[in-house]
Order: sequence, then C-alpha cells, then structure tokens
Amino acid sequence: MIGQILLAAVAVVWLVPLLWAVYTSLRPYAETARKGYVSLPERLTFDNYVTAWTQGDMLQYFVNSLLIAVPAVLAVLFLSSTAAFVLARFSFWFNLPLLMFFTAANLLPQQVIITPLYRLFLELGLYNTQLGIIVINVAFQMGFCVFVLSNFMRALPEELTEAARMDGAGVWRQYWQIVLPLTRPALAALATLQFAWIYNDFFWALVLVRDGDKMPVTSALNNLQGNFFTDNNLVAAGAVLVALPTVLIYLLLQKHFVAGLTMGANK
Amino acid sequence: MSTTADPDLGTPARAGTAPTDPSPPTSRRRPRRRTPRYSRGDRLTLIAMAGIPALIVLTFVWGPALASVGLSFTRWNGVTPAQFVGLANYEQITTIYPPFWPALRHNLIWLAVLLLVATPLGLLLAIVLDREIRGSRFYQSVFYLPVVLSLALVGFIWTLIYSPDQGLLNQLSGSQVNWLGDPDVNLWAVLVAASWRHIGYIMVLYLAGLKGVDNSLREAAALDGAGPVQTFLRVVFPTLRPINVVVLVVTVIEGLRAFDIVYIINKGTNGLELLSVLITNNIVGEASRIGFGSALAVILLVISLAFIITYLVQMLKTEDR
Repeated sequence: MIGQILLAAVAVVWLVPLLWAVYTSLRPYAETARKGYVSLPERLTFDNYVTAWTQGDMLQYFVNSLLIAVPAVLAVLFLSSTAAFVLARFSFWFNLPLLMFFTAANLLPQQVIITPLYRLFLELGLYNTQLGIIVINVAFQMGFCVFVLSNFMRALPEELTEAARMDGAGVWRQYWQIVLPLTRPALAALATLQFAWIYNDFFWALVLVRDGDKMPVTSALNNLQGNFFTDNNLVAAGAVLVALPTVLIYLLLQKHFVAGLTMGANK
Repeated sequence: MSTTADPDLGTPARAGTAPTDPSPPTSRRRPRRRTPRYSRGDRLTLIAMAGIPALIVLTFVWGPALASVGLSFTRWNGVTPAQFVGLANYEQITTIYPPFWPALRHNLIWLAVLLLVATPLGLLLAIVLDREIRGSRFYQSVFYLPVVLSLALVGFIWTLIYSPDQGLLNQLSGSQVNWLGDPDVNLWAVLVAASWRHIGYIMVLYLAGLKGVDNSLREAAALDGAGPVQTFLRVVFPTLRPINVVVLVVTVIEGLRAFDIVYIINKGTNGLELLSVLITNNIVGEASRIGFGSALAVILLVISLAFIITYLVQMLKTEDR
C-alpha cells in the first residue's frame, strides 16, 4: 500500500516537466502573457509547432539527424559484430586485452579526446562534415556494441559453428550465415538504443561542425533557444518536437530499448 | 597488430552455454587440445574482422586520448610549431586559471549527488517495482521516459520550470528566485533535472539485476525469520555486486561527462562551470590553446581512468570465474 502511494506520487512528479512542456506548447503566447502560465486555457492550438517548425528550420535539422544516425547505426553494428564474432567465437591470446581496449574507449568522457580530435578532423578534412560526425559516433559507440555483442555471441552453442566448420564453411560464412542471424535480438536492441544515443548526441556536432545548416537537431537546440528569445511557448514546442522521435521509438520498442541497456550491464 | 606472425591462431572458443544460462561461459582459458589450421583466407578475414574496428577506435579514440597527454606538455596554437613547456600548463591551471577550482568542485558535487542521492533513489524504485505491484509496467515506463531524452533536451525542458518570470516553479509559488541565474542555487537546480534523468537509468539497471536474483534465496531468508529489510541487505544486495559495479561506473562516467545540460542553460558559466566545459571552451572559443586544453583534458582523463580501470579489473575477475 505504501509502495503504491509512493509510486503514484513519484510518477506524478516525473511526468510534470514533460506534461508542462506539452501544455505550454499548446497555448498561444498572447494568452499566457495575459493570464500567466499557471492558468486554465481558453484556447489550445498547434500554432507554436507551426512557428517552431518553420522559423527553426526543423525539417532541415531532422533530415541532418537522420543522415547521421542511420548510417552510423548500420556501420557501428556491422563493424562491432565482426569484432565481437572474433572475440567471442575464437580464443586468441589477445581476446581479453582487445575486449578491454574496445570497452574502455566507450567509457571515456568525450571531452578527454576532443582537443586532438579537432586537430585530426581538420587534417583529415572531416571537420564540418556529416561524414565526420558519423565516423566519431561509430568509433565512440563501438566499445559498447562490441561488449554487448560478444557476450551474446559467446552464449550461442558452439556446435553451430563447429558443424559449419566441419562442412568446410570459412570464417566469413560462419559469421554471416550462422552467427549473425542468431544475433538478431541483440542487434535489434542495440539498433534501437544506438539510434537514440546518436540522435541525442549534442557534443560532437557542437564542436566538430561549424555550419548551422549541417547540425543535427539536438545540437541545433542551442540555436533554437537564441531564435526563440523568451517565448517559452515556442521553446516548449521545439522541445516537444525534438523529443518526439526518441519518445515514439521508446514507446513502440520499449522492450528492445531496455534490453539493450541491460545487456550491457548484465553479464 | 602482429597476428600474422603468431603461429598459433588458437582453437575456436567453446561456448557451451545456452543463451538463457546466466552462468558465465568458462571457455576462454581452456587449454588448447588441437591446433586447427586456418586457411590464408580465413586468417586474413579474422584479422580484418577484428583489426578494422580496432583501428577505427585506435585512430579516433585512443590516439587522441594519448595525444592529449603529449600535447598537455606543450604550448601550441595550431599554426606555429608546438613548444615543449613541461608542466607549465598544469601549473597555470592550478594557480592562475580562475574557473578551474570551481569547476572541479562542481564536478565533485555532481558526482556526490548522483552517487549519494540519485542512485539510492533509483535502487529504491527498483526494489518497490520488483514486487509485482499493480501497474508496475506503467510506472517503469514513466520513470524511464526521461532517460530517452538527451541531456540537452532535459536542460531545455527544465528551463520551462525554472525560468524566473515564465517558469512553473515561480508562477506557482510566487517566489522570485532566479533558479538558473543565481550562482548559489543554479547548480542544485540543474542537479534536480540531471537526477530526474539519472534515477530512471539506475532503476532499469537494478531492476534487471533484481530479476536475476534467485527467489529461493529470499524464501530461505524469510524462513530463517529475516524481515524484508534484513533480507535485502544481507541476502539480496550482496548478490547484486556485479550490477553495483556497473552502476558505480555508469554514475561516475555520467558525472564526469556532464556537459550538455549546463551548456544549454548558460554555456557553463556563472556557477555552472564544469571541467568538460573548460576543455571545450579552449576549442570552441577563438583562443586556440591546444596545450592548455589538453592539460585540462588529461586531468579529466586521469580521474576517469581510475574508475574505468576499477571496472575492467572487475570484468577480468568475472571472466576468470
């Protein structure tokens, strides 16, 4: 009983910031300016969304985010699954050091590497390009994916690849035709989680992209706030729009989302 | 990678455990019984499969991390040649760089709040939700919802609560506090928002851990007359050790990485300075002080590595079991 009350109370507190953002976003600025924000609505409209969408160039930013997140997720899943396959299905002396090499890289704060990375990006021509943002997201997320996938692959029965090997299947076929299809649950979970993480990334583009029109939407928030000066209704509409993709993915694919996270923790 | 020169490309790992079996595979250290011969093509495939991802991580993560260490002993503006200056950058940071000590203090406060307040609350929610309460699924979804939002967006959303004239808090209470502008209160206000997100994260991790606890353990404890609190502290909590380590690492890393939320609110100034912000300012700002920025980064690196190494040691232990 105490548990129920506690949970209900916490749930209300938890939802207030989100519901408040939605409520604010639906009210005309003039009305809130007159009556204050804590007041009953006379009119609820989507006008703020229209304004935020057009004035904030949101479509452009969303497209940018997609152009970064989709290739990055595909690349990181492919590359990390090949590495995980070697680490999980063969026993070489370097397996454990290499696993640590990957895992630890994902745990560094981004800022630790940014100064030389910025120089490196300038040298390689990756600065201010979407390819550059894809590359750094792939490199940085690799550790987490290798860790999760190698744990998953190691738990697959050995007889599977053993039998294939007897039939003369090479390493690549063992990976592509036998192990990878069985890894689908882990890949689905990771794809969901990685998409959200890369979509949510704020820092890489902030430092490694100069032109506003190349920014992904999360980093573009920075500009939105300036554009919308002190009109909280617009800020709220912008925030809800940016939140929408990850919230929808979460609501639709909750199982994958949580599985991806806990696979990383439960070994 | 010198794997081509290595004559014993090892035996295929034996991974005899089914996917549902929670016990760790015991295969990796097994002595080799035979040396299978891999064709040249297979060798090259194996090297490429592990080598290319490793090379990418080396080039874009570990390389820059090491370069930070090297550059931290130099003075370099990126144009004229770098100049070796020994520990001068570190000396300047600790003596004549005003934002350093406040930033370090804020990072430590951040860590302390996440560890001592947010993490126990996440654990508490997990314990309550683990008991098959009605609506448990709904509550889980609600508590986890902020975790899917970026920290930048969390900063954005909470300005709607905290803003001095238009924010919910002041309009509701009639107070005049400038929650995000007053350097005496803004760190704490931001930490409430950061915890709002962090608690759900920790809850999910612990919930997964608690689901894995053998119920017969609890029953045995109950038969021995242990109350729920005692059962948890004496029986359940110790079995959560691996999760505790993960939670500790996740929390510390989140604490050290904190950046987006303060940057959105006021670019990490006026009471919200953090080490991550100071490092970034040396690149984003016009003054390109690479050596100085690197030295700041190395300080953050050393703090992070202390925890990362703890985690890896724990991982090694699990592998050896």
